[in-house]
Amino acid sequence: MLGYLRKAQWSPYIVGIGLGVLSWATFYFMEKALGTSTSFVGAAGSAICAVAPEHVAGNAYYLKEYGAKSGGFKPVFDWQMALDLALIAGAFLAARLGGTFRTERVPTLWASRFGPSVAKRYVAAFVGGFILLFGARMAGGCTSGHGISGGLQLAVSSWTFFISMFISGVAMAAVLFGFGSHPAPGAVGAQSHQTRGN
Amino acid sequence: MFEHYFADPRTLLLGAITGLVFGFLLQKGGVTRYNVIVNQFRFKDFTVLKTMLTAIVVGAIGVYAMLEFGMIKGLSVKGAELAMNAGGGLIFGVGMVLLGYCPGTALAAVGQGSRDALVGIVGALVGAAVYAETYPLLARTLQPLGNLGKITFADAAHVSPWWFIAALAVGAVTLFVWLEKRKEAVG
Repeated sequence: MLGYLRKAQWSPYIVGIGLGVLSWATFYFMEKALGTSTSFVGAAGSAICAVAPEHVAGNAYYLKEYGAKSGGFKPVFDWQMALDLALIAGAFLAARLGGTFRTERVPTLWASRFGPSVAKRYVAAFVGGFILLFGARMAGGCTSGHGISGGLQLAVSSWTFFISMFISGVAMAAVLFGFGSHPAPGAVGAQSHQTRGN
Repeated sequence: MFEHYFADPRTLLLGAITGLVFGFLLQKGGVTRYNVIVNQFRFKDFTVLKTMLTAIVVGAIGVYAMLEFGMIKGLSVKGAELAMNAGGGLIFGVGMVLLGYCPGTALAAVGQGSRDALVGIVGALVGAAVYAETYPLLARTLQPLGNLGKITFADAAHVSPWWFIAALAVGAVTLFVWLEKRKEAVG
């Protein structure tokens, strides 16, 4: 058992079964479906609330997500917020046990295409994160809430999201990395980055 | 927002246990790696699709079985607002490939030492705040388009969900067999 926990990587089918069974547990024991992105709204709202509480109290979206029926707000630090923070700890444990923990600022694939600049990567990550959450909230969920939870419930909303995001993701990947060619275009002198961590 | 900020301890404990297992599984699956996620969208690595489709099929069988046997009260289906679901999905895909993580895997990636994921989370928080300001406009314009309510494909087609689950399972297994054979052929 411990030996398996120490493995660097598990089969995607085993992990998929694990995630499926985890969904059973959240439905059965907690009457909840896995989801992660609503808490980003709660966290952002909390930060704004610290300086401009009346602005948050008057915003239709914070009220939609966290408004209590009796007026005021439901707890923002809730089941999902605890889940989100524990995600970090769970992955840390898995990486430590598997010996795969490493500080990484610029992923190898990114470096092979855009170079080793940390600043460049961080700007892209910031903008990417911004777009990601904007899209998730507009769609009403992300890869967890729509992708896994909604997908398994056969929700029309979730499969619409899933297919849309996959199409635009493929298009975006083609824009960033080109189609089919390997290594990616512009990958001159990138081989030294490729060798590490693969 | 700060009057009742924390949910009850039991709820928080259950959320934390769920997150711990969730994060552990994601990291062990390798789907917390930028390269793995981006290469799915380049059709060079199918780890993400294999993981998600397996989770969906296994999850569907268990959740619908529990519903069938009255072990759970109901489902938790998100409303179909097709313009918002599709538009948001299209935006999400761009962000996911640029960042290289989704919200859940970005959090998990922080735990394995990926600093770029942490920067992405900061961007995501700003994105969430900007969305909240944009929502009133979207609620008036896009949200009413294609609003079908909280429906599943089984509801829409007026057939048993098990037909869809069976089709999904057969489709997924067929894809997996093909992918594994192709991998062997390529070497």
